[in-house]
Amino acid sequence: MAGLHLEHLSKHFGATVAVRDVTLRVGEGEFLVLLGPSGCGKTTTLRMIAGFIAPTTGRVHLGGREITALPPWRRNAGIVFQSYALFPHLTVAENVAFGLEMRKLAKDEIASRVSEALRLVRLGSLGERLPRQLSGGQQQRVALARALAIRPDVLLLDEPLSNLDAKLRETVRIEIRELQRQLGITTVMVTHDQEEALIMADRLVVMSDGEVKQVGTQRELYEHPADRFVAGFVGRSSFLPGTITGPGRFETKGGLAIACASGLTGPAVIALRPERLALGPSASGLDNHLQGTVELVSYLGASVDVHVRVSPADRIVVTQPNRIDSRTPEEGEKIAVGWPAGAAVVFPDDGSTARL
Amino acid sequence: MTTLVSIDRRTLGRWAFNGAAGITLGFILLPLFFVTWLAFFRAEIPAFPPDGYSLKWFWAIAKHDKFVQGFVLSLQVAVSAMLIGLGIGVPAALCLARYRFLGREPLSNLLLLPLVVPGIVLGTSIYVFHVELTIATELPVIGSVAGLVAGHVLIVIPWCVRLVAASLAGIDRSIEEAAQSLGATPPVTFFRITLPTIRPGIVAAALFGFVVSFGNLEMSLFLVGVGRTTLPIAILQYLEWKIDPTIAAVSVLQILLIGVAMMITDRFVKLSRVV
Repeated sequence: MAGLHLEHLSKHFGATVAVRDVTLRVGEGEFLVLLGPSGCGKTTTLRMIAGFIAPTTGRVHLGGREITALPPWRRNAGIVFQSYALFPHLTVAENVAFGLEMRKLAKDEIASRVSEALRLVRLGSLGERLPRQLSGGQQQRVALARALAIRPDVLLLDEPLSNLDAKLRETVRIEIRELQRQLGITTVMVTHDQEEALIMADRLVVMSDGEVKQVGTQRELYEHPADRFVAGFVGRSSFLPGTITGPGRFETKGGLAIACASGLTGPAVIALRPERLALGPSASGLDNHLQGTVELVSYLGASVDVHVRVSPADRIVVTQPNRIDSRTPEEGEKIAVGWPAGAAVVFPDDGSTARL
Repeated sequence: MTTLVSIDRRTLGRWAFNGAAGITLGFILLPLFFVTWLAFFRAEIPAFPPDGYSLKWFWAIAKHDKFVQGFVLSLQVAVSAMLIGLGIGVPAALCLARYRFLGREPLSNLLLLPLVVPGIVLGTSIYVFHVELTIATELPVIGSVAGLVAGHVLIVIPWCVRLVAASLAGIDRSIEEAAQSLGATPPVTFFRITLPTIRPGIVAAALFGFVVSFGNLEMSLFLVGVGRTTLPIAILQYLEWKIDPTIAAVSVLQILLIGVAMMITDRFVKLSRVV
């Protein structure tokens, strides 16, 4: 088991920069998740850790040893691919044994480690099957067992759950998380699914355009997003663009005056978490109190999303828990939205408004 | 009402489909059927309906030296051409499928070109080339078995390249990366992972290469040496003098040989999956 350290890692493909100056430390036994939209550089980063891509600049250290120049077969990294990448012509047991054979272990040692790994992922009885005779979830577990059997210094998971159906995904992510904790194995996972990331990670790295936007725990990212990209990507936010007109005073492009807690000046964006907003009578008496019209109501079961138009340019989404006594507003209804000044996060407007 | 119409349409569609499939299948099988039937006719001049049946034409093959010699030479040439073709075609397909390099497209087309060039043209040009080569190097190229095999390799290569490339396209590259992450060096990865996964394509390529070479007439006509003959040439020459059912009997044996080869192949790899 070992810690992983990425030092100013960059990767250029011709003129495009896939990864720009990524520096990360993954503690021993830590579960780090690289989260971001497709094309953000997270997979390239993972592949540089695995050794499939040579970084243009920067270094990779694993367990205190620099491995930047080592080929994949000398890195001792266990990888689970999105496609599982099982060897189709080998049985489940042979798949798991492959890495051990490469390490030239004795036959009985291999046999015992294969059955141990298969027991770990609860596939003890399927060793003689071929991969194509297994369900997607079982194949995924074989891939995991194969990666764990070599007792890797680091476990790399490349969107391991995206080929599973939604129901299975929920149970498998818990299983992987528990297994990882039980084995105390340093793990880096790549995903674009924020829910998956929040459930599995010890810490998250939010990436966009090849850069690390923020590193932190779930709470840090959610409560204190570093920029509006993170605020939009981790959890949901309604964004109101506008200008800070004075200390604690913000005016939206739609002309609404809003009280906020921010020392910024100039063009800015306010981000509002939908569940931190009050609707109807409970909105009265709060720092901000806007009148609007309900444009859309989405019934989601446990909660209801209410989209309120507060000015011609501004729309706010409010999530209401679906309590037994709560009344769901009707579309077209006039309604009040309110929040305390401290509930909003303010970012300088970097001109990226159009993208979100 | 609507349901009734739609069911009618579907039934009609199925009939049309089955009908078309049946006609096509008949078109393919009918000649085989007649050749096989003819091989057992007793009369020397085939006539319908036959006046009796006999196995004597099969015995006649063995008595005709040219057929036996032709069969042996065809077999030798086909096996050699197939092996050499695989030796060239498999690495070529790997390079074409795996690497992006200057001239990749033209090279890919070049390797398939022998399929497009008519056999007679190919035969003539190789013959002329062999003549020039013999004059230039004073080596006995014209009419040599090696020259014949070299020509056949040319028509085997396109099949090897295509079939192997097709099976390479179907494999997930990440299995090779998985193997490497588990400690396999590139050569080990190739022999333990890549090669077994494309085995169906290689077996199919071997089979098709063999069949294409074994049945080739046009090119062999130009390249075969004096006093030598391949089976297709022997058949042609025999036909110039006689049209008794011996030819049908030879054809039946050839069909059987290739059919058995296909069935054996199919036991190892499902041909329907690669072709």
